[in-house]
Amino acid sequence: MENKLIISPSPHIHSGDSINKNMYGVLIALIPAFLVSVYYFGLGALIVTVVSVLSCVLFEYLIQRFLLKTAPSVGDGSAVLTGVLLAFNLPSNLPVWIIVIGALVAIGIGKMSFGGLGNNIFNPALVGRVFLLISFPAPMTTWPLPGRLPLTYVDAATGATSLSLLNEGTGHLPSCVDMLLGNMGGSLGEVSALALLLGFAYLLIRKIITWHIPVAVVGTLVASTGLMHLIDPLSYAGPLIHLLSGGLLLGAVFMATDYVTSPMSRTGMLVYGVGIGLLTAVIRLFGSYPEGVSFAILIMNALTPLINNYFKPKHFGEK
Amino acid sequence: MLRTFRIGGTHPPENKLSAGKKVRVIEAPGQVVIPLRQHIGAPAQAVVKKGDRVKAGTLLARPAGLVSAGIHSSVSGKVNKIDEIVDMSGYKQPAVYIDTEGDEWEEAIDRSETLKKECTLSSSEIVRRISEAGIVGLGGATFPTQVKLMPPPGSRAELLIINGVECEPYLTSDHALMIEKGEQILTGVSILMKAIDVHKAVIGIESNKPDAIVYFRDMVRNFPGIDIMPLKVQYPQGGEKQLIDAVIRRQIKSGALPISVGAVVQNVGTAYAVYEAVQKNKPLIERIVTVTGKGLPEPSNFLVRIGTPIRRLIEAAGGIPGDTGKIIGGGPMMGKALVSADIPVTKGCSGVLLLPKQEALRKPACNCIRCAKCVSVCPMGLNPALLMNATEFANWEVAEKNYVVDCIECGSCNFICPANRPLLDYIRSGKGKVMELIRNRKS
Repeated sequence: MENKLIISPSPHIHSGDSINKNMYGVLIALIPAFLVSVYYFGLGALIVTVVSVLSCVLFEYLIQRFLLKTAPSVGDGSAVLTGVLLAFNLPSNLPVWIIVIGALVAIGIGKMSFGGLGNNIFNPALVGRVFLLISFPAPMTTWPLPGRLPLTYVDAATGATSLSLLNEGTGHLPSCVDMLLGNMGGSLGEVSALALLLGFAYLLIRKIITWHIPVAVVGTLVASTGLMHLIDPLSYAGPLIHLLSGGLLLGAVFMATDYVTSPMSRTGMLVYGVGIGLLTAVIRLFGSYPEGVSFAILIMNALTPLINNYFKPKHFGEK
Repeated sequence: MLRTFRIGGTHPPENKLSAGKKVRVIEAPGQVVIPLRQHIGAPAQAVVKKGDRVKAGTLLARPAGLVSAGIHSSVSGKVNKIDEIVDMSGYKQPAVYIDTEGDEWEEAIDRSETLKKECTLSSSEIVRRISEAGIVGLGGATFPTQVKLMPPPGSRAELLIINGVECEPYLTSDHALMIEKGEQILTGVSILMKAIDVHKAVIGIESNKPDAIVYFRDMVRNFPGIDIMPLKVQYPQGGEKQLIDAVIRRQIKSGALPISVGAVVQNVGTAYAVYEAVQKNKPLIERIVTVTGKGLPEPSNFLVRIGTPIRRLIEAAGGIPGDTGKIIGGGPMMGKALVSADIPVTKGCSGVLLLPKQEALRKPACNCIRCAKCVSVCPMGLNPALLMNATEFANWEVAEKNYVVDCIECGSCNFICPANRPLLDYIRSGKGKVMELIRNRKS
């Protein structure tokens, strides 16, 4: 025994934390939103999610196995997570072939072309989502109306989201209670603020993420849309509507906090979050797209290395 | 709310298996091996030769220079040889081998248990006695104590901070000492206060040692100027900079000494050694060592002669478990993996930890996912992921600009990393390289 003692530098113990635990932790936090989406969008939500997850995992496996010729690491859960997040950003009546293209772009271009997990600059799920939005604007912006466990998929009856209503200035907005619960049109994972907040609480308790990014995003958006609402209440909707509609909470809690593509220091996180909040407000209020969270996050993803460079952690001994 | 340091920190499982165990005395072994360098600084120079007869407390080697410490025999007997041995650091050091005969002590040493509180010596006499006794920082850093008691010209100490934190998991030697030798420690603290001419001392104790806190709070009423401060359990609170921040809310600037904020920090074990040296004329030839591990039949605290092979301690604790993969000198966070069980106990050895093979092996490292958990635990406010990359790509400029030399090697980043990345391995080597570059630039 003794001539086989293991010699290695300190520390000699490990917390037991792993990439898997973090990825599956985020997946657990997404369960409430998933259940809500299945409740309101039924079969469609289920099919979109399953197709998205399976194709993300499959593409990652195939690319690692046959193109990069490295040991496949789909077990780490990151491809599953990308699949779920991509699905959550899609309408629940999107045809299978479009989802598969989205997954290929997300995993192939968004993630693996940079060298796989940890090396990508942009959030892969958002890369896939924005690619689809630009390539297939019509199917990506027709939203099934919420029902009660509907068994429809591509044949679902469609309507507008609250943000597109705002953008066009027509129709009636859903009530705030409906928005909180998720009883409105939209991407399948974004509709229920309550479910997303439940997931946020779980992430905080498990210490998978810190509060900095989500709070900065939401705070900035509420402040800036609130200011515009005060200036001109007729043209600009109130901050509560902006907070509860579109992909804001999904983006702030689950997309902007992606480890790989967000800054590392606390101040950096706040700056990044404020940037996302501001860009989202600008796109929503003045842009031609009704929704801007995806673009805002991708733009701030690109700025992350710069933010990391300027906003270092608070060094011991600094005043 | 209990205080703690304000940047980073983590809380590894405490695993204080030997907490509350009474200190058991290990008899002097048949042979002791006493390395001549058991401290930071120059190795001591041997003043004995083969065949010399020595007693417990006889000077074996005198300090070589200002930052050095004398070495004394821990047993009585005959010098067998002076030879090299691989010590706890993993490097070869010259050492004196002594074959034990009887147990005779130097006459000047007062071996009685009676507490001697009064000390009429002057500051410089105290420092001289401490220096003669070969006392070094017993928290593990082993910096010669007398050097810390002589502030550089122009600076003045205002406060003595005593480290009773023992933040390393598993270790309980300081805890055991505090419970059994409280009054002696407090007398030692008073002597240290006199040595540096301060009227206030604070003993920081983590809240996982409530018995020590209660006991000390009760006793300090007889020791004017000494306060007890319970601290929140947080690793690495025993780090000098972290402890100062926790106690007086001041952060030492990069590269500066504790005295720059008016503080001098000493460990409780050191305070006890100071008491013994000044009041009892006893050099540092024994210490308390925790011997622990989940597989060990009887995790214990032992009073051990310096130079005793750790095998003796492990046997006294029930023997080496069959699945042992690693023997660590010190705690699991900052201790050193030992190459064999025959390495002798030295002044800085606060514990011996046996880890089963399962726990001793590292898991394979994955890509960094930039989760920034290393950033959030770093007690020095560094970005370990960035420093590891800088070292990996030999980007010394970036490493230096991001304060790689400030790393205290506490291992929190490695401990927390979900991708199992060997952050500290890289940072440690990067730190060495950058320090070398800085030295070359100066010369």
